[in-house]
Amino acid sequence: MNYPLIDLVFLVVKGVYILAFFAVNAMFLIWLERKVSAKVQNRLGPMVVGPHGSLQLIADTVKLLLKENIVPSSADRFVWWLAPFFVAVPTIAAFLCVPFSNVWIVRDLNVGVLFICSITSVCVLGVFMAGWGSNNKYSLLGGMRAAAQIISYEVPLLLSVLVIIMEAGTLSMQGIVHAQEAGLFLLKPNVMVAFLVYLISATAEVNRVPFDIPEAESELVSGYHTEYSGMKFAMFFLAEYANLFIISAVAATLFLGGWIGFFRPSAVWFLLKVYGIISFLMWVRWTLPRVRMDQMMAFAWKILTPIALVNILVTGLLLVLKG
Amino acid sequence: MELQELIINMGPQHPSTHGVLYLQLKLNGEVVLDCQPHIGYLHRSIEKIAENRSLTQFIAFTDRLDYMASMNNNLGFCLAAEKLLGITAPPRAQYIRVIVAELNRIASHLLAISTFAQDLGAYATPLFYALRDREKILQIFDQLCGQRLTYNYLRVGGVSGDIPVGVDLLIKDFISYERRMLAEYQDLLTGNIIFCVRSKKIGILPKELAINYGVTGTSLRASGVKWDLRKDEPYLAYDKFDFNIPTGQNGDSFDRYYVRMVEMEESLKIIEQALGALPEGDPVAKVNKVFRPTGETYMRTENPRGELGFYIVGDGNPFPYRLKVRSPSFSNLSVISHLVKGLNISDLVCVLGSLDIVMGEIDR
Repeated sequence: MNYPLIDLVFLVVKGVYILAFFAVNAMFLIWLERKVSAKVQNRLGPMVVGPHGSLQLIADTVKLLLKENIVPSSADRFVWWLAPFFVAVPTIAAFLCVPFSNVWIVRDLNVGVLFICSITSVCVLGVFMAGWGSNNKYSLLGGMRAAAQIISYEVPLLLSVLVIIMEAGTLSMQGIVHAQEAGLFLLKPNVMVAFLVYLISATAEVNRVPFDIPEAESELVSGYHTEYSGMKFAMFFLAEYANLFIISAVAATLFLGGWIGFFRPSAVWFLLKVYGIISFLMWVRWTLPRVRMDQMMAFAWKILTPIALVNILVTGLLLVLKG
Repeated sequence: MELQELIINMGPQHPSTHGVLYLQLKLNGEVVLDCQPHIGYLHRSIEKIAENRSLTQFIAFTDRLDYMASMNNNLGFCLAAEKLLGITAPPRAQYIRVIVAELNRIASHLLAISTFAQDLGAYATPLFYALRDREKILQIFDQLCGQRLTYNYLRVGGVSGDIPVGVDLLIKDFISYERRMLAEYQDLLTGNIIFCVRSKKIGILPKELAINYGVTGTSLRASGVKWDLRKDEPYLAYDKFDFNIPTGQNGDSFDRYYVRMVEMEESLKIIEQALGALPEGDPVAKVNKVFRPTGETYMRTENPRGELGFYIVGDGNPFPYRLKVRSPSFSNLSVISHLVKGLNISDLVCVLGSLDIVMGEIDR
């Protein structure tokens, strides 16, 4: 049975759904971040546009859309123009393998975890291109920092994901969820360590406090996106929050059992877990100061990576002993 | 490939240069090789303006020097003018002056520590907490003199108005409230491992260097020199109060921060004692309508940022012949190029934040 036309229609519908979710989710997360930060800081946050500022982000988006797109006169125009796409497109592509529920996944690739981890690493190219192309010294420093940081935290991140792959015996996102139906991986101590390593390196991966070194406002003004305005800036911004969603979705799927819950629809459980993790990361962001570049690199290579490596060894031993 | 040094012009518009300060940085990657501060972007020729104003008129201009601690500036200038004219303020005025000066010291230190935390990357949260507390002080000052930033409250010979009914209760409430909050800040910042790792052993200011450069105030005391004019050259009624002078040991950024934290607690102690022993009487001495200063004098007081000195020369006219301000931030900033060599650019921001400069009094 093969109906190419129907397949095409389904593909288009799924693509539209991903894009719509990408935009709406990012807008919701920005609103949530502003509200969480306001709560932490004894403020109200956005309150004017719509009830409790719920329409504020629509107003902001319209403003960014209408804004003039300023190109610095000495910028490398082509690289500068291309950079936001390099950041936003891989992030959208990563939604391909996010299992929202037992049926609600665009394509359950058999290398799903690997796909998400590898395609989101392409973002670093865009970040560095933005830093280089702006021809701004602060941006360049920010881009360099981002490249160093994202590449070094990729290592512990993947090593901690490897533990789950070993436990589940599959790379498919749905397969990993199904493997947890008998019992969550997180209950095992070696997976707990992996979860911790994952959360820390994922925070660094998306440049959030305490690892927001590439965009360190107090040092580098805004880091690699200092020179961007209008919709180009908005693309960086949206991609940042979409990335946040992706890392939390991966965490929820790999460690917290994804859409497994007590009642249907299972997507509710998935979103609950994801937004729970996101809220935790937001709470961290508005509480902690930033670490220094060299301290952060030392932390990645001297502490996180060895822990993750030993953890893999322990996991292997445990699996062998269990038979 | 040839390696080049990167020259970055940090400022005058930059989020963490604390005003319009322009730092010319020579970088090797991210390591600072050289840092040259350039000043003058906020120059308003206040010293020249003083030559065309009577002493009373000039008090309003001292507000604009260190705008984070206007009361202390008022105090420094009024004491200098009183020393030149041979006037002594009545006891009640002296106690009120102590109270407002210490309240303003707390407000200033609150901003100093919270912007320091902001420079270390704690996004706005400590800043908002500190602004909430500072707001209470501003409300007290608002009731005292109707102003929130530039008070113009002190006069030559006293203060412009007595403490209104009820304000002493406000201050008492604030003391107990702020003690609670300071404990919270100790948890939030001093107890935070990232905060400590970022600020300890960064920007160490040796004792000798500090003295040679004329660094004063909390930065000097953090280097281990116990020098506070409130104790060593007591003015007003400071010799009647029981308080300690906190000092640091290492002279690093963390010590400079920590000395400020402890100093706020000491200030609360002083306010409590002054409020308890507030004498009755007039808040202002009987003085002439027009002052005709003759001769010269120099008076220094302990500002939140260090030693604030006013040098006034009078030739018998109502306007002073010459007025010179010795501002603490100017000397404190001059030491920065020694502190940041070989450090990371992130540490430069940390050191600058810990020195707690205000451009208003550097450029004058």
